[in-house]
Amino acid sequence: MNKVIEIQNCTAAYGDSEVLRNVSLTVEKGEFITIIGPSGCGKTTLLKMINGLVTPRQGKVSVNGKSLANCSMTALRRGIGYAVQGAKLFPHMTVEENICYVPSLERKLTKEEKKELARKMLEMVRLSPDLARRFPRQLSGGQKQRVGIARAMAAGPDILLMDEPFGAVDEITRKDLQDELLSLQKETGITVIFITHDIREAFKLGSRTIIMKDGIIWQQGTPKELLDNPKDAFVRQLIRKDEEHELF
Amino acid sequence: MELLQVLWDRRDFFASCLGEHIRISLTAVAFAGVLGILTGIFISRHRKAAAIALGIINVIYTIPSISLLGFLIPFTGIGNKTAIIALTVYGLLPIVRNTYTGLANVDAGILEAAEGLGADKRQLLLGIRFPMALPVIISGFRNMVVMIIAMGGIASFIGAGGLGAAIYRGITTYNMTLTAAGSVLIALLALSGDFILSRVEKAVNRRYGIEQSN
Repeated sequence: MNKVIEIQNCTAAYGDSEVLRNVSLTVEKGEFITIIGPSGCGKTTLLKMINGLVTPRQGKVSVNGKSLANCSMTALRRGIGYAVQGAKLFPHMTVEENICYVPSLERKLTKEEKKELARKMLEMVRLSPDLARRFPRQLSGGQKQRVGIARAMAAGPDILLMDEPFGAVDEITRKDLQDELLSLQKETGITVIFITHDIREAFKLGSRTIIMKDGIIWQQGTPKELLDNPKDAFVRQLIRKDEEHELF
Repeated sequence: MELLQVLWDRRDFFASCLGEHIRISLTAVAFAGVLGILTGIFISRHRKAAAIALGIINVIYTIPSISLLGFLIPFTGIGNKTAIIALTVYGLLPIVRNTYTGLANVDAGILEAAEGLGADKRQLLLGIRFPMALPVIISGFRNMVVMIIAMGGIASFIGAGGLGAAIYRGITTYNMTLTAAGSVLIALLALSGDFILSRVEKAVNRRYGIEQSN
């Protein structure tokens, strides 16, 4: 058992409204966790607790055995990949500078190092190395998202947090990105926490899927477990969408 | 024609006025630029202070420039020093406002992405927020430079040098050509300052991959 992330009895709130209520979750090395639930269920908050963008009111979060309450946030975050919806690339930087962003926070990279890293990462996300000199606004939605993943992976993290990363791309591109992410995860053995609002995506990618509702983890398990034993009408309804598409 | 004649005949006088005008303006630009950008950065972090600071600067702006010069005389006397202080105070508004607006309007999602990737406060400001706000800051800087050069013309009323001296002398001696010559030189100086900065703006926008709008 190799616990990479441990969330213990965490409660989080914005002002007076509680968004997470006494949530506990343990993630092991190499797992691909997908989180799904209606908007406002607390899934993004749960994700942001792992890289310290949100601090829980109560409870404890540990990453790689170290409690977030007493460790350097910047060092922690540089070791965790972070990719979000719409990629949120830095518009004033080239693709190469975007990709090299996290390693550059530690020390100044030489021109050759940057070039080499950008080439390697672009290849990893199946993009042409010619894109390195371009600016984000010159990229398509799918290309931006790939660069976003390359930026998240550039420092070689062992955890990757993804917040609806494929939410803003078209269906065909999304399928490609999903397949590539899966093979990338198999190759690197990286631990992935992936938020989505698409149950098919959740089941296709996740080795374990977490269903959230009203700030708590409603039900979790492998796709098969969830399909065989949905806890209640809410889960059944969420899953039924999937069966209509006859994916399994 | 008469104008050119005057300019040529009194070229030494105009050259020294022009030199003095540039010197006073550049000094005020330097002070207002540094002070304005630092203030803008500070108030972008403290939203409460922002309302107060922008309010104060707006009020100062409504004071007629000639009376601001008058108010300053008891404290700083007459001459270039007072002129530079007044011009600096006036130059603050565009640069503070644009620095603040530029920094405050940076996409929050991009900032959070940078923070989530492990940028510290300084890296966030210098690497993301400031460069993303730079086009807006530069356009404020352009406004400021043009305003300071133009307003430098009245500084001679409190005994400062510059092209205002030519205008003032023209007025007091009923020599309209002299006044016109001084005014034209100020306008030309302001335009060239603006032109140089427009080139800087273009270069910066190119560096940061911003679509050229003009």
